[in-house]
Amino acid sequence: MTSSTATQIGLGHFLVLSALLFTLGLITASTRRSAIAILMGIELMLNAGAINFVAFSHFSRGSIDGQVFAVFVVVLAAAEAVVALAIVLAVFRGFGSVDSDAMTTLKE
Amino acid sequence: MPGVGTIVFYALAALVLAGAAGVAFSRNILHAAFLLLVTLVGTAGLYLFIGADFVGVAQLLIYVGGILVLLLFSVLLTQRIGDVRVTNLAMGRGIAVPVALVVGLLLVTVAGLTPWPRTEPVAAPTTARLGDAFLREYLLPFELVSLVLLMALVGAMAIARRAVHDTTTGKWRDGPGPSRTEAPAEERFTS
Repeated sequence: MTSSTATQIGLGHFLVLSALLFTLGLITASTRRSAIAILMGIELMLNAGAINFVAFSHFSRGSIDGQVFAVFVVVLAAAEAVVALAIVLAVFRGFGSVDSDAMTTLKE
Repeated sequence: MPGVGTIVFYALAALVLAGAAGVAFSRNILHAAFLLLVTLVGTAGLYLFIGADFVGVAQLLIYVGGILVLLLFSVLLTQRIGDVRVTNLAMGRGIAVPVALVVGLLLVTVAGLTPWPRTEPVAAPTTARLGDAFLREYLLPFELVSLVLLMALVGAMAIARRAVHDTTTGKWRDGPGPSRTEAPAEERFTS
């Protein structure tokens, strides 16, 4: 975004976009039965947060802290996805499905 | 007449939100995984549009090239592919969607009504500055994140390994074994 194109895109546009993305991720994570789909919702929410970080970093002069945080968000999302999918695989081996409704053995 | 930047931003935003809506409401989990790909690529495009070149490329490499491939592998390993048409059911939509919409409305209102300061951004390559930041102010988080990655690798291997029945000694041991149609008794959770 160079100043020569004189865009009217401000910080608010990015924040509204990330708010909508967060809402869709929240809907995904709270209404899905498959554990993998829940993980996809969590990834959407993490992406929304990272967009926020990068947008704030861009619109505050001379600060790059937001982009550092965005890189950390991406790396930690990778670590979390690895462990979560290992758990999903182990659970699939024990239960035969990843349907969260079928995993009720902790109940009395 | 809106400028090129505005059109590009709205196109990328539409891509991101369309992909996310597909992930939220698609009934086929394979479709949802590929629409998540569209969302992640759109987000990387937004990073590149805003001038965060390193973060954009890191998003493409790590999120699309790593996490999404891992998600696709796990979808293919845990679903019956012949029956993949309706594999992504939804439950509790009546309560969850209104609550999420209220949260979203609150966030959008705050983001839209707050008078953000209008600073004129400057586009500059960021990789050198990011490298400086990682090795100066953010050195400790940088090292800790590498520890976290190591723990994630070891932990994932420890969680996902398979117990094998050794027929000579009659004991269960860890390690790769022939693929079995039923999990060993120790690993089967009775429900």
